[in-house]
This record gives sequence, C-alpha cells and structure tokens, in this order.
Amino acid sequence: MSYVIQLEHVWKTYRTADVELHAVRDVSLRIEPGEFVAIMGASGSGKSTMMNILGCLDRPTQGHYHLDGTDVSTLDRDGLADIRNQKIGFVFQGFNLLTRTSAAENVELPMMYARQAVGSREMRKRALEALDMVGLSKRADHHPNQLSGGQQQRVAIARALVNRPALLLADEPTGNLDTKTSIEIMEVFQTLNDQGITVIMVTHEQDIAQYNKRCLIMRDGVVRSDEPVRNRFNAKAQREALAAEPPAVSLP
Amino acid sequence: MTPLATFSLALRALQRNKMRSTLTMLGIVIGVGAVVAMVGIGNGAKSQVEAQIATLGQNVILIFPGSFATGGVQSGAGGVGTLKLDDAKAIAAEVPDVLAVSPGTRVSAQLGYGNQNWSSSIAGEGPEYFEIRQWEIISGAGFTDQDVRSAGKVAVIGATVARQLFGEEDPLGQIMRVRNVPFQVVGVLRAKGTSVMGTDQDDVVVVPYTTVMKRLSGMTNLRMISVQCSAEDRTAAVVQGITDLMRQRHRLGPDRENDFMVRSQQEIAEMATATSRVLRVLLGAIASVSLIVGGIGIMNIMLVSVTERTREIGIRIALGAHGADILTQFLIEAVTLSSLGGVIGILLGLGTSTLLSRFAGWPTLTSVDAIVVAFLFSAAVGVFFGLYPAKKAAALDPIDALRYE
Repeated sequence: MSYVIQLEHVWKTYRTADVELHAVRDVSLRIEPGEFVAIMGASGSGKSTMMNILGCLDRPTQGHYHLDGTDVSTLDRDGLADIRNQKIGFVFQGFNLLTRTSAAENVELPMMYARQAVGSREMRKRALEALDMVGLSKRADHHPNQLSGGQQQRVAIARALVNRPALLLADEPTGNLDTKTSIEIMEVFQTLNDQGITVIMVTHEQDIAQYNKRCLIMRDGVVRSDEPVRNRFNAKAQREALAAEPPAVSLP
Repeated sequence: MTPLATFSLALRALQRNKMRSTLTMLGIVIGVGAVVAMVGIGNGAKSQVEAQIATLGQNVILIFPGSFATGGVQSGAGGVGTLKLDDAKAIAAEVPDVLAVSPGTRVSAQLGYGNQNWSSSIAGEGPEYFEIRQWEIISGAGFTDQDVRSAGKVAVIGATVARQLFGEEDPLGQIMRVRNVPFQVVGVLRAKGTSVMGTDQDDVVVVPYTTVMKRLSGMTNLRMISVQCSAEDRTAAVVQGITDLMRQRHRLGPDRENDFMVRSQQEIAEMATATSRVLRVLLGAIASVSLIVGGIGIMNIMLVSVTERTREIGIRIALGAHGADILTQFLIEAVTLSSLGGVIGILLGLGTSTLLSRFAGWPTLTSVDAIVVAFLFSAAVGVFFGLYPAKKAAALDPIDALRYE
C-alpha cells in the first residue's frame, strides 16, 4: 500500500442527550507520500475533528483509517500514543512548547517517550540535527520565552521532525504569526516537503493554502472540493522580494 | 521513559516552585520529626526503666504477703502474718528450678557511728540475698550461714549509708550502732541507684534475718521472700510451682483467694513500662495524625499542580506519552516531596532528641528501626496521597488538555 493516509468511509458522531451531531460524514481520502495538503473550512466545518482523527488524538466512530499501512481505528489509548510518537509530527497554532525548558530539551521530548529507549547523547545529537534543519542550531540552549514567535514555531517543527515521522501535521501553524514570519515558516514547510516529507496543514487562510500543492475544502463534515493548487506561492522567492523592498515608512 | 529521567523531571518541577514545595513538605517534616523525637524519648525512658528493673537481679521472683480473712474480717494487701520462714524453706526444698531463696524482713532503725547518726532501712535477709539480687560487695564480704544461725551482729551496708555515716573513713571492720545495738560492718555494697519506684536502693543495711527477728523487731513473719530461678523460660513454671505449694501449705480451699502475691521480674518490668507504653501509643497517634494532615497537603498541592500543568500534560500525551508515563511522573513528584520531607523530619527529630538529652537531661535513645520506618512511612504517604492526582493527570484527554487555557 503506497498511501500515507487512507480514510475509508470515516464518520465521527457526537451524541449529546438525544441529539446526534455528525462532525465528519462519510469521508474517504487518500494521501500519497510527498504530498503537501491544505485542509480548509470555516469553523464548524469539521476540519478540527478531521485533524484530531488524522493525528490519532481521536478515533472515528465508523470507518477505517490506515496510517502508513497500519489500521489505527482499532488501537487503544496507548497504541495510539505510540503511533503519534513514531509516525506523526505535530505543529500547533500556539506552538505548545514546554516553558522553562530549553529548545533542545523540547525537541528531545518525543524521543523520551519512544518505546525503544534512546541514549541521552544520541537524543542530544538528533535534537541538534533537527534544530539545524529549521536553522536554529545556535539557539539550542535558549528557553521559549527568549525566542520570537517564528523561532518558537521552528523549535516546534524541529520537535515534530525528530522521530522521523511519516507525516507532519500542522494545525493553523501561522495563526499566531505576522505575515513576514508566516512566509518564513511556510518556507520551512516547503523546504521540508521538497525533501520528501508529507505535510498536512489545517488553515482557514486562503493565502496560506496557496503554498500547498493540494487543497481540500470541508463544509458540514463533508469534503466539498479536492483540487490541486493553481498559481502556487513560492515562500523563498516572496521572502527575498520582501527583503529587497524598501521599508514602507522611512524614518529620518 | 527511564526512571532516572522521570526522577530528574520531578526534581526540576519541584525546584520551579521552591516556596510551594517547602511549605508542602512542612507537614511531613513536622510529622516525621515528631515521630522520631518521640520514639527517641520513649525508648530512652523505657531503657532507663529496664536498667532499673535489671538492678533487681536475674530471673528473680518475689513473694509478698497478701490479704487474708479471719472470721469474716478481711485484711488489706500486705497484711502481716501470712509469710513464714517455713514457707521460704519449703520453696527452697520442694519447687524445682529454684536456685536460691532468701527470706526477708524489714525494719527501720536509727544508726549511729561516732557522733554521726542516720535513719535507714534494715533488711534481714539470707546469705544468698546478694547473689539473687546480683549485688556485688565491693569491699569485705557477705555474712554466712553461721551468722544466720547465731543471729550474728554483722552488717553489710549500702553506699548511701557508708557515705552518710562514715564519710571518708573506711567502714570495714568498724562498729556501728543499730537501735543502740553494736554491729560490725563486714561488707560494703556497690551503688545501685534509684529503684523503679524512685527510692534510693543504696540506703540500706543488710543483716541476717534471724538477727532482725531476735534482736531488732521481735517479729517472726516475713515481709518478702526473694527467689532466684534457674532460667528465664522457667519463670512461669516456678511461679506456678510456688503458688501451688503456698496454697497447699496455707490450706487454701479452691474457693479461697491467695493470701500472698507472687511477682516475677518480667511482671514487675511490664507494670513499670505500662505507663510509658500508653504514652508512646498516644504520641504515636498524634504523630500519625500530623502525617496524614501532611499527606493531605501534598494531595492538595499535587491537584493544583495537575490543573496548572494541564497543557503540559496534553503536550506530553500528544507527543506519545502513555498514561503510565504521566502517572509515574506525578507519583514520583509526590513521593519525592514526601520522602524529602521525611528525611528533613528525621534530621529534625534526631536534632530535637539530642538537644533534649543534652540540655533537659532526658534520656533519649534513637533506633535505626524507627528511622527506617519513619522514612518508609513518609514515602508511603506520598504514594497514597499522590495516587489520586497522578491518576487524574494520566486520564486527561489530550484534545481537551491542549485546548486548556
């Protein structure tokens, strides 16, 4: 099976008293290795539920979910934890780094919970490698409160990469960042994707989706459209253009 | 996660809130400190009493006169007339496992030597008395059977009497007056100190019992009989043997109570330590209450900590932590808090008992057992009271926990 993600007739239903709410209705989806997919939708469209199911934080009520060849819809709590640890790298809107813990130690965190124990020297080596991939190897000893928002998100991306997952899952990764920093972060994702890493990103911003290769739009728990992205943005080119531009207001 | 990594994680979490951790530990510190100090004081008091009991001698059984009834009139305990010299002789002759018997009479008398005088207790005893009581004669010798037969005017004096009457002078061979009867001092006893009842055991003059009967009091009944039995595990049998023999000799029917009392050294020791045991149980109860209160303090702080760190827990679970990893992390934090409190409490308790023995003069005795038990107990308090908060943390749903503000 050559798909990273294969959803077959997946439903997610919430039952409150006598009301049944279908957050995800009969979604089938296939994502191949090396894809760069944006999931878009308004709030209440089911994209967050979709994200939780794809990230193995939640289980579908009905249907099957194969992640990198494993049927994860039948796994228990600890089984799902191991899948998250080994196969998925999470990047959150709020960065979700541990405060008062250095960047390198934050990146080491997924290795601490790996079922095959990693030695502390090996952990540090791999953490520094991951930080190097996002261009932050010089800030390894800084704490999150000493880093800018963009830098914090890079640490989070390094943490997501460190166990070499099959899938990078980003939930509104630029939601807390300004335009310039957003472009920088999207450049990181594009670079990683060019290296063959599969990326799935939930966003409600059309601009951000424009950096992806494929765009799903969800509404009322159903995928309404699934199309390749036309006129794809190149973050690197945009950043260089932005740097060449003179400041909007020049002070004497 | 390796246990070492979990432990260092817990230590760092505790270091972040130094003030809070310290205050949380305080309950356990005080509880454990109180336990250790109280056990020290209790053991000290107990060993002091035991040392006093040991001055009684070895495997000693004492027989006292009891109450008796004559024509419906009941005498009080210790009523005169029930213990006879023949009883003592019969015990020596007939009860197995009896090593030595000394019949005892008591009378108090005024002593005189030169221009000194002193009021003391005169003990009329047999020659075996010193051996039964394991009482060493440091100069001179005891009296003999010959002295008993002849009601000899010879005396072995206690250390207090020697000091009061003779001062710096060597009492040996001197003639002293007992109720104006001249007695020769043939021996001086080693100082024994205070008895369990608080009386000075060295304020005594020991003379042959026949001498007291014939020359000092004129009474022929005994105030006590001291018996030494061959081994500690024979004591109960000897007590039973003496009781049976005495009932038979005194012609007591099955419906009559004993008109004498038989007390073994163990029983006397138990009576003397009973009070301190009650005290120890009481103090132990108070200390356990403070440990439980300390444990509740730990539980409270751990619950606050779990709530505060909901997001951190969510991150860890999302990144692959099992429920067991989170449980261990918080449990180790709680146990570290409580056992660190335990260690500080032990040091505090040891310090307190050392100060008490040095400045207040209380005897204290700290046992390794008590320290180990106190430490294990404080660790157990951490497990018990840390379990609920840790379970709560481990059961968190990662989606909710990550959304928690």
